[in-house]
Amino acid sequence: MDIQVKELIADEKQEYIINMGPQHPSTHGVLRLVVSLQGEIVKNIEPHIGYIHRGIEKMCESITYPQIIHLTDRMDYLSAHINNEAVCLTVEKALEVDITDRIKVIRTIMSELTRIQSHQLFWASYGMDLGGQTCFFYGLRDREKILDIFEETCGGRMLVSYNCPGGLMYDIHPNFQQRVKDFIKYFRKALPEYDTILTGNVIFRERSIGIGPLTLKDAVSYGVTGPSGRASGFSCDVRKHEPYSAYDRVNFNEVIYNEGDTYHRYLARIEEMRESMNIIEQLIDNIPEGSYAIKMKPIIKLPEGEYFQRVETARGELDVFIISDGNKNPFRLKFRSPNFVNLGVLNHISKGFKIADLVAIAGSLDFVIPDIDR
Amino acid sequence: MRSIIEYLREIVLGIWSLLKGMKVTSTYFFSPGKIVTQKYPENRKSLVMLERFKGEVVMPHNEKNEHKCTGCGICEINCPNGTIEIISKVIITEDGKKKKAIDKHIYRLGMCTFCALCVKTCPSNALAFSQKFEHAVFNRALLNKILNKPGSQLMKGVE
Ligand code: SF4
Ligand code: SF4
Repeated sequence: MDIQVKELIADEKQEYIINMGPQHPSTHGVLRLVVSLQGEIVKNIEPHIGYIHRGIEKMCESITYPQIIHLTDRMDYLSAHINNEAVCLTVEKALEVDITDRIKVIRTIMSELTRIQSHQLFWASYGMDLGGQTCFFYGLRDREKILDIFEETCGGRMLVSYNCPGGLMYDIHPNFQQRVKDFIKYFRKALPEYDTILTGNVIFRERSIGIGPLTLKDAVSYGVTGPSGRASGFSCDVRKHEPYSAYDRVNFNEVIYNEGDTYHRYLARIEEMRESMNIIEQLIDNIPEGSYAIKMKPIIKLPEGEYFQRVETARGELDVFIISDGNKNPFRLKFRSPNFVNLGVLNHISKGFKIADLVAIAGSLDFVIPDIDR
Repeated sequence: MRSIIEYLREIVLGIWSLLKGMKVTSTYFFSPGKIVTQKYPENRKSLVMLERFKGEVVMPHNEKNEHKCTGCGICEINCPNGTIEIISKVIITEDGKKKKAIDKHIYRLGMCTFCALCVKTCPSNALAFSQKFEHAVFNRALLNKILNKPGSQLMKGVE
């Protein structure tokens, strides 16, 4: 009777591989993460992307510049207006058209409203990721007010298609200024509610403070931009460093934290909403008179050459690079989308944390999947 | 001793933070005046969409069944995804000249991305957006529409 009982000791190398996504609700879209686990500890993450790849860059090569706008809407759909602005600024730079101050100011106000509604949705869904269903309703309640402003002026709620090369599609609606002012007044009161419900909440704090820290060095070398990068102390706000539109004439602070954990990535977004409100307040009362669109040729042809523009979307730096061969459509168009680059750091910062923390970490990087895949 | 006090303090503060959150939610719970939810579809009759809302592309006709579309095809060129198809015909005007006119202005709602390029570039302002937003149908073919009404004509004075 010498049957050897082989003890089932978990081997150091024994890993358990699971799929998170593509239909997992906390990935906010069709992102598939292949997670290697040892017990509950995350050992490795392999993101598989491309489930919603539409080939936007390639499609842009066969359509004209005004038509590109409706595709950039659909990249990072929560920063639709800012994406459109990036393409328009590049085209305007190439053609050397001077856009009026009115266009610049309206674009800036619209961009900041876009940023606020994007962060509101972040707050809403992040609370829900971490188990606070209430946040989702409160966040969407306030976001609805901005979407109504968009709807009144642009005709679209999320995919606004409001920019066009040379200016804006329509002038602002007569109610626009009053509505924005009402919103700011309302939201200044509503924002402290966010803090009471989630920021101070003990469960939320326990689950986010110290989780997924990203050091400044790594943030720079991985190229993590936007609020996620700034929470690690990486001063990367394009609005400050290379002001476009009307950002050079407003005062605002770049929100920077040094801790770089999940909690501060969250906090950076909450603070950015306050800064955005400051920017809007400085501009809303003095929108200059002037035309809302510069007359462009019916067929826009860029002169031969390479053109580049950086903008700051709600999630980080979006770069547009156009190579033109003088035709009415670009020879090559490249987007450096913030989400794709930010996804690269996910494996690095979630190693060694629990699988439940992975939801918190991925949520705090605030991915929009169509922007990763394009 | 110190650590026990610290421990108890954390428990009390934690519960306090939860209570503070509950205060906000219960304020809304007990003040129905602050509720923002709309009762759709019960409020369908009183629901008014904002005037610029991009519901679908339509071609406004006047009471004499006349529209402004000349059949130039500019909207078809400008549409980024082939939603619009123009089929034109040649008509003979009263003074015996041959003229191009619209036969069918085909609009495929299922493909439209509401970019507004067609409405904006039409030289005779023949297109507009309607505020209709309930587009669901049981058959996909119903989404392909012909915008010019049968028997309609070009409005006088539009070239
Ligand atoms: S709708 Fe306008 S752009 Fe289109 S064919 Fe008619 S006139 Fe031309
Ligand atoms: S709104 Fe845009 S996609 Fe729709 S028919 Fe007009 S041009 Fe085409």
